[in-house]
Amino acid sequence: MTEPAIALIDCNSFYCSCERVFRPDLNGKPIVVLSNNDGCIISRSEEAKKLNIAMGAPYFQVREQLRRQQVATFSSNYALYGDMSARVMQVIESVVPQIEVYSIDEAFADLGGLPEPLQQLGDHLKQTVLRCTGIPVSVGIAPTKTLAKLANYAAKRWQERTGGVLDIRPQPLREKVLRKLPVDCVWGIGPRLAPQLLALGIRTAWDLAQSDRQLLRKRFGVVVEKTASELAGIGCLQMDEPASARQSICCSRMFNRPQNSLKALQEAVASYTHQAAIRLRAQGSLCRQLQLNLRPRQIDGHRGGWSAACPLPYPSNDVRELSDTAQHLLQAIYRQDQSYSKAEVLLLDLCQPGEFSDDLFLPRQSNASQKTMQVLDQINARWGRDTLRPARVPQQAEWNMRREMISPSYTTRIDQLLTVKAE
Amino acid sequence: MANAILLGPAGSSAHELPFFSSRIPAGFPSPAQDHLEAQLSLDELLNVRAPHTYLVRASGDSMTGVGIYDGDLLVVDRALPAYSGAVVIAALAGEVFVKRLQQDARGICLHSANPHYPPRQINAEDELQIWGVVRHSIHRHGQHD
Repeated sequence: MTEPAIALIDCNSFYCSCERVFRPDLNGKPIVVLSNNDGCIISRSEEAKKLNIAMGAPYFQVREQLRRQQVATFSSNYALYGDMSARVMQVIESVVPQIEVYSIDEAFADLGGLPEPLQQLGDHLKQTVLRCTGIPVSVGIAPTKTLAKLANYAAKRWQERTGGVLDIRPQPLREKVLRKLPVDCVWGIGPRLAPQLLALGIRTAWDLAQSDRQLLRKRFGVVVEKTASELAGIGCLQMDEPASARQSICCSRMFNRPQNSLKALQEAVASYTHQAAIRLRAQGSLCRQLQLNLRPRQIDGHRGGWSAACPLPYPSNDVRELSDTAQHLLQAIYRQDQSYSKAEVLLLDLCQPGEFSDDLFLPRQSNASQKTMQVLDQINARWGRDTLRPARVPQQAEWNMRREMISPSYTTRIDQLLTVKAE
Repeated sequence: MANAILLGPAGSSAHELPFFSSRIPAGFPSPAQDHLEAQLSLDELLNVRAPHTYLVRASGDSMTGVGIYDGDLLVVDRALPAYSGAVVIAALAGEVFVKRLQQDARGICLHSANPHYPPRQINAEDELQIWGVVRHSIHRHGQHD
């Protein structure tokens, strides 16, 4: 059997790094990226971190500081980040045999059985991704996923000494790293759990790795027990198989400001249903139930939202069917005296076509409707998303997210390419 | 006079399988049936689906000598190491240029391909980053659409 070796490859300040690739003038300058609707800070470059700009800080609170310190500020550009992420993952896949994409900016790679030294392979991964995409990454290598996460964290934290690549399989290096890192740096141990562990004298990652796992299981449950085992080098989390089809699909967005008109909400619900249906068809599923949630603007202590769900007459992926249901639900829960800050469309109870149903006499989605949806997807694949869309989906929506500082979609729009000077 | 060799039709960019005679003629079978090959693909030729390939647009007339005109699309390879003589995308003091790279005993120099633009010698204090190497340029001829 080969010694287990798992790498976690994580992009450094991913969103900021994406922006910087196409803006060499921002090399060495502080950058932040804001969440949807320009709400709060969700990505900071190293330079911005040094200026003590807090992660999650609301934009309106730090706007003045950002301006004064000349921090380049961007609205989030998911078209760009999504494309750059796909490029990064493709490059990693070309170097190692098996990867599991864990999030938009990180992936696990199984390095088991590859020729040593793996530190060198890690360096090569880092260099290759940087050269091909311009995105800097850090690499942590360890026998388990949780340790690989921690190794990556350590590689970033001690960047100067590690060069951004750290293999903590060998002892005594692993012990040294684990002893230095407080327990809340461990994957899955949040700020809520850390104080409770501290009360038991578990201060560092090393302490957790040495703890009595029976006791951990009793006090905190199986997840923390597994985390401790993983830290001790016993693999409990396998490399995932390629992602299976989702069991539910959610499309939700904040509005730029609270909306009260029925027309705006109808448009928003139609848009989100359209988006969700595209994703539903992309994974080849049908949907049996649709739920609509509206979040009222929080006034006079009224919290929570309005929600309604309705089964579809038959499992469907037809946006017209889904849209009808969604609009009915909206009519049912909409109140004229209320303003709403967010709408959410959920497709639930997904199934595959041809899957066994309880009711033999249940009507089925017609072939004509299937064909129409295929043509819709083909047209949009060829001529760009939203070329063909339900009439209620507006081209320019008044309620759409605020994205006042968005960068061009350099890699996905032919009219927004990087311009290079021949001057 | 320049010669052009006809290569055949170019395929659409979506990766589709070649379409092999799904229609069965009632009369004589097509004599071409055994000679069908995959369609030509510009995507493949220009390698635009590779993660290290980027498209950028040129602006200005300093590179007309190598056939790069104002508004042309450039296919840029970030993985290819820059070499002396290559047409490169170079970031200099925060500005992004397309230039010809020359590297020799005298150091690094960025050349234009137009006598109206003098070469730019790179000094120790210059911040130069080679962003990528230009592999192809795409120029539109005439005034169609």
